[in-house]
Amino acid sequence: MTSILEVCNLKKAFGGLAVTNNVSLSLNPGDRVALIGPNGAGKTTFVNLVTGNLRPDSGMVRLGGETITGLNPMRRVRKGLVRSFQVTRLFQDMTPAEHVALAILQRDGRSTQMLGHFSHMPDVTAETGELLSKLGLHDFASSKVSRIAYGQQRLLEIAIALALRPKVLLLDEPAAGVPQSDTGRIEQALAELPADLAVLMIEHDMDLVFRFARRVIVLAAGEIIFDGSPAEVTKDARVREAYLGSYAYVSSVA
Amino acid sequence: MAALMNENAIAGKPARVRLAGSDLLGVAIVIAAAIAGYFLFPNNLALLTRIISIALLVLSLDLVTGYCGVATLGHAALYGAGAYAAGMAAVHFGITDPLAMMAVGILAGTAAGLLSGVIVLRAHGLPQLVLSIAIVHLFHEAANKASSWTGGSDGLASIAPDPLLGLFEFDLWSRTAYVFGVVLLLVVLIVLRLVVRSPFGMLCRGIKEDPIRIRAMGASVHGTIMRMYAISGAVAGVGGALNAISTQVVGLDSLSFTLSAEALVMLVLGGTGSLYGALIGTVSFLWFEDIVSAANPFHWLTIVGALLILVVLFAPRGLYGTASAFLERRQEARR
Ligand SMILES: Nc1ncnc2c1ncn2[C@@H]1O[C@H](COP(=O)(O)OP(=O)(O)OP(=O)(O)O)[C@@H](O)[C@H]1O
Ligand SMILES: [Mg+2]
Repeated sequence: MTSILEVCNLKKAFGGLAVTNNVSLSLNPGDRVALIGPNGAGKTTFVNLVTGNLRPDSGMVRLGGETITGLNPMRRVRKGLVRSFQVTRLFQDMTPAEHVALAILQRDGRSTQMLGHFSHMPDVTAETGELLSKLGLHDFASSKVSRIAYGQQRLLEIAIALALRPKVLLLDEPAAGVPQSDTGRIEQALAELPADLAVLMIEHDMDLVFRFARRVIVLAAGEIIFDGSPAEVTKDARVREAYLGSYAYVSSVA
Repeated sequence: MAALMNENAIAGKPARVRLAGSDLLGVAIVIAAAIAGYFLFPNNLALLTRIISIALLVLSLDLVTGYCGVATLGHAALYGAGAYAAGMAAVHFGITDPLAMMAVGILAGTAAGLLSGVIVLRAHGLPQLVLSIAIVHLFHEAANKASSWTGGSDGLASIAPDPLLGLFEFDLWSRTAYVFGVVLLLVVLIVLRLVVRSPFGMLCRGIKEDPIRIRAMGASVHGTIMRMYAISGAVAGVGGALNAISTQVVGLDSLSFTLSAEALVMLVLGGTGSLYGALIGTVSFLWFEDIVSAANPFHWLTIVGALLILVVLFAPRGLYGTASAFLERRQEARR
């Protein structure tokens, strides 16, 4: 199968610190990849480089065979490369329905329309309702984001990303900051992602990683030290070394 | 049936009906206030027309500052461009039909808006503020130097607009100018209401809160604000041209840093990010200024300053913002 996302020899240094050091990987449609690594390993930086939020020092990013290294984040999104954020970025005074509707309108090139209100557009409200129901947000569709729980805000981040109909989805710790009692809903949402979508998820919770991923990539100090199946990752000596003394991994793997 | 109910919940039908109702109510209140003004202050219609003209400037400022989060202290450049263009069209080109002068003012305001946008959007935060101040100073200096066109520091005088629609003379009591101004304000208000509620308006509110999130949705932050700058310029142009037509002179003060800063003060006083806030801010500031300056010509600036400090400390969201937040909370408590 031809890969949908290809990253070649990506490099980025902040000052003297090499935060992304010669990282290469590729994703196929339908992939479920977990990107793990200790705090400060450079996972978020990697996502920022791929999405164009940061400019790499060298290296290349290709989406569907097309080189996109020179494109700004906006153009990459329009080509189907969509991300979520480690710390929720939502509009506090807007409702979940407004967020999702805005994403749908933007995807369809209608977000600069100066007449009408999205609630009068039956196709938009129908799709919005469908997406919000799928993520269990239907009951909060019309509450302000500032009034809903953090776990629901994380689900809304996923709903917005899905509304953009991505080809590649990069999820930066979708369950971060969510109380244990609420992670089930997020996990279910992840399990129900479109089958042909290529998903790369950064996550610290190893239980979640093992249930979600069919492939695990380990990043340590800016370098990929492991790329393989979930079964093998626990046995890998370099991975164990990288995580030595680190909290989550030792406790769940050892 | 279930699907239908679902859609209703998403669209927030009850909320929407309330919104449409409050829109109509708002317009009705503006009309009622305009009529009351006409009959209560028949000798002050010139002042009331000036208030409308400035209100258009403040509305225009609200579009870029309140809705898009652009920091600017140079917004009078757009207003002055409209005023001078309408005035010069009449004095130098014989375009004395008031509607044609208005059209010229709108075009000039839009052009000035686009130019300001291109420059101001190169920076963020404080540098952005400095750029905006530089723009209004440059406009001011250009108008001062090109005195054969603009009248320089003496102002552009002897603007003589034709009767409105060929029927209504611009009389000494400013009756025609006032009615003209009220109609313009209502048209602008209704158009802007549609714009800020549209998908485009939603996009702008999003940009104000988090441009990075908007880019992650694939939308262009720059392109969106430029559009808003064009609309804002047109609205400021209406205000400027109205001023030129009604007072029949245009002075350098219409292009000044002082007016830009005062417009921002009025906006903050009323409440940013809402059209009615802009209106209420303008009316209360200018009305208060008029009363206080008549009652105590020596200390009125002190009193205005004290009022502003009170509002910013105790009603930081402005008069309208604070009142509407209060009403919202009460409504929720009752539910
Ligand atoms: N803009 C920046 N300027 C300087 N250093 C940075 C910048 N962004 C990140 N870093 C540094 O790069 C390293 C990697 O950061 P990054 O956020 O990518 O880590 P991460 O793997 O996502 O960690 P976490 O698991 O805590 O989210 C850290 O040491 C961080 O301090
Ligand atoms: Mg991170």
